[in-house]
Amino acid sequence: MTAAEIVFVLLGVVALAAAVLVVTTRQLVRAALYLVLSFGAIAACFLVLTAELVAWVQVLIYVGAVVVLLLFGIMLTRAPIGPTSDLDSRNRPAAIVVAVATAGVLVTVLVRGFGDAYVDLGEPSTGSASGIGANIFRYWVLPFEILSVLLLAALVGAIVLSRTDIGPPKDGDG
Amino acid sequence: MTPTYYLLLSALLFTIGAVGVLVRRNAIVVFMCVELMLNAVNLTLVTFARINGSLDGQVMAFFVMVVAAAEVVVGLAIIMSIFRTRRTASVDDANLLKY
Repeated sequence: MTAAEIVFVLLGVVALAAAVLVVTTRQLVRAALYLVLSFGAIAACFLVLTAELVAWVQVLIYVGAVVVLLLFGIMLTRAPIGPTSDLDSRNRPAAIVVAVATAGVLVTVLVRGFGDAYVDLGEPSTGSASGIGANIFRYWVLPFEILSVLLLAALVGAIVLSRTDIGPPKDGDG
Repeated sequence: MTPTYYLLLSALLFTIGAVGVLVRRNAIVVFMCVELMLNAVNLTLVTFARINGSLDGQVMAFFVMVVAAAEVVVGLAIIMSIFRTRRTASVDDANLLKY
């Protein structure tokens, strides 16, 4: 086992355990904090895969922004802070069936398709900011611009949804 | 270095996220599990980029992150407006579409 594989196994165990705890914990706030742990372990996995910029953006966007937003959501919906017993819905049998099917399909496909793939550790790492920036603005300009429009649409949509003083037009408004 | 373990890890993370979406009742925890699934997909994309020695997978992972951020913002706004009208954040109580 190489050093990269040992590091990966440790990170993978942390990511998986934290993900299981997100799904099973009885306290909402702890679910968000376990999510931070899982995202952090995945970001470290990105670092092991030499995707430096993706790793840092993962820390910034997911750990920094998304989880904070989710915590805000938990607070704003007045979710119970202590342990709550009715966090799980009743469709556990269906969930087990779906889980087994999903895991079976994904693991089979990935192992059949990429079981003998290998990574040449000798090749230089490519995930630097300059390389990714050149790649985006050389080959991915149109998706990039479309994404900026999507972000603007999400911004406007969130404002419209969360403002209370603009509703559907009343009779006589025209 | 064999990348199969990365793919297996992301498959398991995706499965855990799917179970969470199905099992959990609070809409915000459902959101967390959706984020978990998106992260598993990102791990797959970055692993494929590493296998092929190209950067396209990493660029796609960026795009997935941006779409995920937009999705969280709009989704939380929807959850907040549901909470304002129905005083609950449980996905089982928002059942007006059910016959």
